[in-house]
Amino acid sequence: MTTTISAPRQAQNPLTAGQLPRWSPWATLLGALLVGAAVAGLVAGASGTQFSIVATAVIGFVLYLVAITVVSQLIEGGRKATDRFVTGLVTGAFLLALIPLVSLVITVVANGMARFDVELFTYSMRNVVGEGGGVLHAIIGTLLVTLWAAIISVPVGIFTAIYLVEYAKGRLAKAITFFVDVMTGIPSIVAGLFAYALFALFFGEGVRSGIGGAVALSLLMIPTVVRSTEEMLKLVPNDLREASLALGVPKWLTIAKVVLPTALAGIVTGVTLAVARVIGETAPLLIIAGFTTNMNYNVFEGRMMTLPVFAYNQYVSPGVQEQAYFDRAWAAALILILIVMILNIVARLIAHFFAPKAGR
Amino acid sequence: MSKRIEINDLDVYYGSFKAVEGVSLEIEPRSVTAFIGPSGCGKSTVLRTINRMHEVIAGAYVDGEILLDGANLYGSGVDPVNVRRQIGMVFQRPNPFPTMTIRENVLAGVLLNNRRMSKSDQDDLVERSLRGANLWNEVKDRLGIPGSGLSGGQQQRLCIARAIAVSPDVLLMDEPCSALDPISTLAIEDLIEELKQEYTIVIVTHNMQQASRVSDKTAFFNIAGTGKPGKLIEYDETTRIFSNPSVQSTEDYVSGRFG
Repeated sequence: MTTTISAPRQAQNPLTAGQLPRWSPWATLLGALLVGAAVAGLVAGASGTQFSIVATAVIGFVLYLVAITVVSQLIEGGRKATDRFVTGLVTGAFLLALIPLVSLVITVVANGMARFDVELFTYSMRNVVGEGGGVLHAIIGTLLVTLWAAIISVPVGIFTAIYLVEYAKGRLAKAITFFVDVMTGIPSIVAGLFAYALFALFFGEGVRSGIGGAVALSLLMIPTVVRSTEEMLKLVPNDLREASLALGVPKWLTIAKVVLPTALAGIVTGVTLAVARVIGETAPLLIIAGFTTNMNYNVFEGRMMTLPVFAYNQYVSPGVQEQAYFDRAWAAALILILIVMILNIVARLIAHFFAPKAGR
Repeated sequence: MSKRIEINDLDVYYGSFKAVEGVSLEIEPRSVTAFIGPSGCGKSTVLRTINRMHEVIAGAYVDGEILLDGANLYGSGVDPVNVRRQIGMVFQRPNPFPTMTIRENVLAGVLLNNRRMSKSDQDDLVERSLRGANLWNEVKDRLGIPGSGLSGGQQQRLCIARAIAVSPDVLLMDEPCSALDPISTLAIEDLIEELKQEYTIVIVTHNMQQASRVSDKTAFFNIAGTGKPGKLIEYDETTRIFSNPSVQSTEDYVSGRFG
């Protein structure tokens, strides 16, 4: 037999005393924004300028911070007041950071949709001077150049990271890490000039080819791949390496069959992000891959158009029908963003399916 | 299957730091030997030198010799991989491979070494090893689930199954029960008793009751102070170490007067 002893329920829970109700921040925010709008409206009316939404938001936000802090200080005390102040500040910073991002996406989608049609994906720009034409040659060029950049830099990057984590010791490792860090900061134009200079040595002045672009991009990609892979390999617990070695498995097989599979999800994510970083590069490709209006499937021969260069080119040298050129530039930018987005989704899917099973 | 180990005047270093000094002892085949002593006295270090796992740590090296049936493990030209294929090890924390299923974990020694083995031989090996580790009845219906999905005690027995699947001559255990509950500990101690029939077993433990329960002989290690090397103080029949040791510090330690 158990008896429960319960105190009679009080009408007012004493634990809720000295608390602001849940709706109070929203009410405060609404009030602050109304005051902000009123002030902005008054200024606009007095000076004869347009009503400013920015002024409304700024005044409203500052008023909200002051009001909620003061009210909270009076009713809830110092700890809660600080909490509400900092919460407001952090949320404000987040929204501020979101503005350019959202604005960029909306602008690109709105302008890009004008020419987002079937012709865009099925035609090149060969013999097109006015309206019409497509970016198929640039899509193919971007995919091929980036693919070759990945083919060059993924093995180099992953092997370098394996060397750094599993084998290197002492000064050489420190030197490599240092120079990899320096390489992450190389301006992309320098990578393009390097690739041009390299290829000019072998094929003479004025050389243009897709593979040159791939070499330039791989210069930018390798450091990112090395760093992300290195971090992922470091996360693999030493226990697993020791367990494998203790079974009489040689070191290289331990790395190939235990360490790499365990870190695979992270490595794939890192590689995809590295690809996303270089796929939008313009400057090096402008120098070494050049631009053309024709299809070119061969990275080793001839000029190759890429999406960022296409967008740039359409924008700086429009023909008589300006709008057609601008529309194509925006559409190319939209496609580029979509490709990067698809890459990120694929990376997430791969990370999801290859991640070590958490069990149960 | 089972081999005799002889350690002669072993010094172990981490870089310039001498961690263990002057250890000499002989371990008989088909016996259980326990290493006991306070933390940091070098018992795990000595254990790791027996299958050359010690040198995995950067800067660590060994002076002296360890003979496995008369063959020096540290002789010139000895491949540590070959040593580890004969001397298996179970670690303090259960460490099944997270990317592998229970079945693949047991077969890890075969699969990771790219050795070919027919499906039926693999099935036999999995069943034999898991039965050997007293785990078969618990997991026989779910060999396909990830090894990390088992409980801690089951994971540790899975690691033991993995170690005995490569049929080593010697089995080293580095505090195999320190992360486990009393029931799982009992299961592992029973297992050690059975494995003794086939393997030479060396176990490091902090639990003196465990040492007295499972081992035939006991080695007591101690350290003079921090920064000084650990030393083997006494090595004798377990019953003698726990009832009538010849060195005073051993008696102090096993009776709980220090450490």
